Amino acid sequence: MTAKQPILSVQNLHAKVEDKEILKGVDLEIFPGEVHAIMGRNGSGKSTLSYTLMGHPRYVVTEGKILFKGVDITEMTPDERARSGLALAFQYPVAIPGVSVSNFVRASVNAVRGKDVPIKEFRAELKDQMKKLGVANEFLGRYINDGFSGGEKKRLEILQLALLKPALAVLDETDSGLDIDALKTVSEGINNLSNPETAILLITHYQRILNYVEPQFVHVFQDGRIVKSGGGELSKELEARGYDWVSQELTPSGVS
Amino acid sequence: MSAELIQDQSIGNIGNDYSQYGFQDKEDYIFKSGRGLTEEIVRKISSMKNEPEWMLKYRLRALSIFLKKPMPKWGNCGLLDSIDFENIFYFVRSSERSEKNWDDVPEGIKQTFDRLGIPEAERKFLAGVTAQYESEVVYHSIREDLLAQGVIFLDMDTALREHEDIIRKHFGTVIPAADNKFSALNSAVWSGGSFVWVPEGIRVEIPLQAYFRINAENMGQFERTLIIAEPGSYVHYIEGCTAPTYSTDSLHSAVVELIAKPGSHIRYTTIQNWSKNVYNLVTKRAVAHADSKVEWVDGNLGSKLTMKYPAIHLVGERAHGEVLSIAFAGEDQHQDAGAKMVHAAPNTTSMIVSKSISKNGGRTSYRGLVKVHPNCPGSKSNVKCDALLLDEKSRSDTYPTMEIDEKDVTIEHEATVSKVGEEQLFYLMSRGLTQDEATAMIINGFFEPFTKELPLEYAVELNRLIQLEMSGSVG
Repeated sequence: MTAKQPILSVQNLHAKVEDKEILKGVDLEIFPGEVHAIMGRNGSGKSTLSYTLMGHPRYVVTEGKILFKGVDITEMTPDERARSGLALAFQYPVAIPGVSVSNFVRASVNAVRGKDVPIKEFRAELKDQMKKLGVANEFLGRYINDGFSGGEKKRLEILQLALLKPALAVLDETDSGLDIDALKTVSEGINNLSNPETAILLITHYQRILNYVEPQFVHVFQDGRIVKSGGGELSKELEARGYDWVSQELTPSGVS
Repeated sequence: MSAELIQDQSIGNIGNDYSQYGFQDKEDYIFKSGRGLTEEIVRKISSMKNEPEWMLKYRLRALSIFLKKPMPKWGNCGLLDSIDFENIFYFVRSSERSEKNWDDVPEGIKQTFDRLGIPEAERKFLAGVTAQYESEVVYHSIREDLLAQGVIFLDMDTALREHEDIIRKHFGTVIPAADNKFSALNSAVWSGGSFVWVPEGIRVEIPLQAYFRINAENMGQFERTLIIAEPGSYVHYIEGCTAPTYSTDSLHSAVVELIAKPGSHIRYTTIQNWSKNVYNLVTKRAVAHADSKVEWVDGNLGSKLTMKYPAIHLVGERAHGEVLSIAFAGEDQHQDAGAKMVHAAPNTTSMIVSKSISKNGGRTSYRGLVKVHPNCPGSKSNVKCDALLLDEKSRSDTYPTMEIDEKDVTIEHEATVSKVGEEQLFYLMSRGLTQDEATAMIINGFFEPFTKELPLEYAVELNRLIQLEMSGSVG
């Protein structure tokens, strides 16, 4: 595995938001074909990591770097990152009134693929993905996330990822606010994103979604960095014992 | 499909500028008045047009009203007071006559309108076209089938010669010369514009269009438009406006009168994209009789100062009026626009939707009036104003006035001011759109309630214009 180049290599990443340091030295490597999960309490900095990876202008990197496919993307704008194959499914996707889903998705796909996909081809692809995700046709004419239910928003996020085919999909709390049926469909969508060339990073508070999307690697996030890493079994241990157990385990070694 | 087409065209056109419209032609005129406004010039305009005596008298009376009336003491007084009426050319004749055949239009002017895409638009989707260059219409056409149905669509000068009786009966009845200083000015020196008359029960399903072009520096364009829809008829009239970019100012001051007879429907669409040295001071008013419907769809992108408040007087029971407007103000621009709804009959209804965007220190104002006269029970009015500010130095104000003299009414007013959200931009950019593309998309979305009311070709053009206004403006 080490012979291959990692898709993502995060090295000693520190980031601040409005002068408050949130990420305090994150190290993470993800290789093609892998599924990783980052788990942690609310407020541990998980979402900050996802925003920083995607390049949100308010999240300022103060130290360390992000390599994506071997290229340093730390200074890149979000659209440059997107075009190089990184994608983020938002925990709280914003509404954009007046812009239809079909217009936006097409513009986005054309931008990321760097060419205008012929309309017929695009439509066929779109219809196919919509069917898989159980998304109704009328969805296309609606305005982006405007008046969408929690489940609809998450489906739209996964639909976009399915069309963008990113090399690395980061999913921020995609399971939150979903009922069990929606969770199953969305999880299936996430599994469909996975192939030997791509990778997935799931960021989640709960173990629930990991029953459907099985990670090979689980990382525990605490106070702005990864404090423990393990295999898939680690998530079950967290579910059974809670996050306190990790904290206690760490305290003797000097981490408060 | 249509929405996707709009998207395709707007995305591909970032980085254009006004140079597509801002070019200047060499001046090659048959007649150009001296600068400044005198009785002599008014008489000269009237005699060059061989007008009947009553029209000359009308003009001269209007001139004396104009000279006596003070400048408005509201709106952007600083800019209004800086208009130098003595420096303006009030009448320029560029061609001997209005041509019916495109090939007969003088070569230079023809090239201008070719560049602006007018003949192409006509072929594609219009029922009739007039093209006005400086003071007069140089080209005019209407489809044979409409002519056969009795629809009249002429430039106003020709209409006065050929249909003097109808003009005399209606001219100035909706907007009298004494209405305001600029309607008086227009009434004194008017030239060109359109006359539309739709016979009872006739529906003109595809739009009629007028295109107004100012070319000379310090030009004053004063077109005069009158549209009469007989009972049960329908017409959609569209106008577009552009001018070259000069360092000194030009003046556009039109008067537009609409008369909607019982059960008729008039829609009047404007896409104003004057260059940023044009004062655009226009009076537009409609009278709506029983069961009729009047819509002003008003897009203001260009000009230095626009002051325009399309009005609808709902004088017949159940008449309905709508004003849907957008304004876009950039650096050194003030769009002072709005609407007036006057409910003068029972069960009349109206709706005003105003959307504005300010950027780079630009200023937009919504100025509106909703008036309900006594004894007009069941009147309903809904006003919605949304302003979007793109930066800290831009400005937006709302001046709504309500005069309600009837108890049994439903009046709603809602106003919002917002900023392009950082989270919206980040969301769109994280899906591959550049900052300019993302901003333009948010703005196109903001204007969507307006854009969707336009014929497709105009919607495409408007989105493209917005894209061009936005390119390089952020970040």
